[in-house]
Amino acid sequence: MAPVLSAAGLAEIARLRGLYAHPQSALLPALHLAQGEVGYLSPAAMRDVADALGLPLTEVMAVATFYSMFHTERLGRHEIRVCTNLSCHLNGGDRILDHLCSRLGIRPGGTTPDGRVTVEPVECLAACEEAPVMLVDTERRARVTPGAIDELVGRLR
Amino acid sequence: MAGPLLTKHLGQPDRERLETYLGTGGYQAAATALRELRPEQIADMVEASGLRGRGGAGFPTGRKWKLTPKREGEVRYLVVNADEGEPGTFKDRTLLEQDPHQMLEGVLIAAYANQVHRAYVYLRGEFFTAFERLDRALGEATARGYFGKNILGTGFDLDVVIHRGAGAYICGEETALLESLEGRRGFPRLKPPYYPAVRGLYNQPTVLNNVETLAHIPHIIGLGVEGYRSYGPPILYSVSGHVTRPGVKELPIGTPLREIIFEHAGGLRPGRTFKAMFPGGSSSAILTAEHLDTPADFEPLAKLGSMLGSSAIIVMDDTACIPAVIRRTVHFYRDESCGKCTPCREGTVWVSQILDRILGGGGRPDDLDLLDGIARNMTGTCFCPLGESVPPSLRASLKYFRAEFEHHIRTGACDLAAGEGQVVAAAGIPGAEG
Repeated sequence: MAPVLSAAGLAEIARLRGLYAHPQSALLPALHLAQGEVGYLSPAAMRDVADALGLPLTEVMAVATFYSMFHTERLGRHEIRVCTNLSCHLNGGDRILDHLCSRLGIRPGGTTPDGRVTVEPVECLAACEEAPVMLVDTERRARVTPGAIDELVGRLR
Repeated sequence: MAGPLLTKHLGQPDRERLETYLGTGGYQAAATALRELRPEQIADMVEASGLRGRGGAGFPTGRKWKLTPKREGEVRYLVVNADEGEPGTFKDRTLLEQDPHQMLEGVLIAAYANQVHRAYVYLRGEFFTAFERLDRALGEATARGYFGKNILGTGFDLDVVIHRGAGAYICGEETALLESLEGRRGFPRLKPPYYPAVRGLYNQPTVLNNVETLAHIPHIIGLGVEGYRSYGPPILYSVSGHVTRPGVKELPIGTPLREIIFEHAGGLRPGRTFKAMFPGGSSSAILTAEHLDTPADFEPLAKLGSMLGSSAIIVMDDTACIPAVIRRTVHFYRDESCGKCTPCREGTVWVSQILDRILGGGGRPDDLDLLDGIARNMTGTCFCPLGESVPPSLRASLKYFRAEFEHHIRTGACDLAAGEGQVVAAAGIPGAEG
């Protein structure tokens, strides 16, 4: 089967291998790369990673399903991670998650039917001085309010 | 006290740029170390400084370095634990985002002191901004000869690789981190007999240090042991929760909790009263107002059955429902348990179920004894510190706030005025039923 990862992506995985004494150490970086290219870790993407690192597919799947940032199902175009741990809990983080989900009409962990947004409750993002916090894709938002959620939901495409 | 040391330049624009760092004397300590000091002298200085690991366990850093075998021809590694995830802790992320070179300079000195030529920074996957800045800082410093081959013309070589994690609290535990760095699920390894210093990454001797720990190193070398110690010695407290000025507070170690919370973190919101605190992240036993005059240091907190841990102080005022707070932390450990050992995998689920029952209005009179029994059975039986983190707070909360649990069981409701977090806490995770 032809690979689903790009030639550049496979070349990058080969480079990553060289950074470690054992090729398997490049597995997490390679899975980050594959997820970035394909959008999620499809069976074909995991097979490409397994082939590139000389690992059994079962090992790749075992690792991919252990870590919460790896997804074996397709996500929305935007990923919003809302912290619900202690400092955010004490500062209304649960209410922010509730408001966001009700605005989007989905449950925590769900994706909007149009594929626009996935909302994930996450553990402490180590930004407790900014509670409540969330990550919109790769960007952190501090002291989130319901109004900020409304603005965000209206703007994300 | 002589003012901040580690946090002096936080917030300076373009701090991740090499020029900015060099402009405030950056990499001079590393130059001194590589050019004028022998590796053993550096380890001696770090030991004499009294620096203890800032990841949570507090092992003396100089001693750890000296325990790492330095056999000729044997590969050694330096691994930086930048997987900060202990709830309430945010000092490492702050250092990485706002002064990445400071830690990198510590990495260079530590690598030289341990004669290591390859270092890995295991960076938390969710730290997107920190990754960008650290990557840029490392790139510029490498291009200018502070990393790579023949550093500063001294003949010393060091390559640094930034390795991103992928979302797993357990990987902050040092042996689980090494498993993850080797490309496997983050399951902790059995220790003793072999600690990472002796058998770490790929079974080679490995120095494993936390971000803040390494950020102290340039100052110990630059100022000398006495000069460094005259700053306190300093430590970074992460203060959050119900305080008006949360943030990273650099203070002399042993500053009383009351002073940290009420002077440096701005105290409580108007009209509120102090109720409880975690002095060292959610893995430390919860304490009350009667403990506020305790110095925030290793031994005084250990005497109270709590710990300094990662020195993350989470403050709760009278709007916090303690059973709901404890449930939130137990859910965290349940969800993050790797499942390798039974007391943690099962214990966290059982405790969660009982707390859910109590907070859902279906608590039973013997539930508190049951909770205490499970907590006792988890103590000392879990494979790694993750499971061991549940009993201290659970048992302390049953001791100090028993009446709140009893009220929930008796009435099926919370008796607190509905405050921030309170309404939702009583209703469980919002949206979960919808």
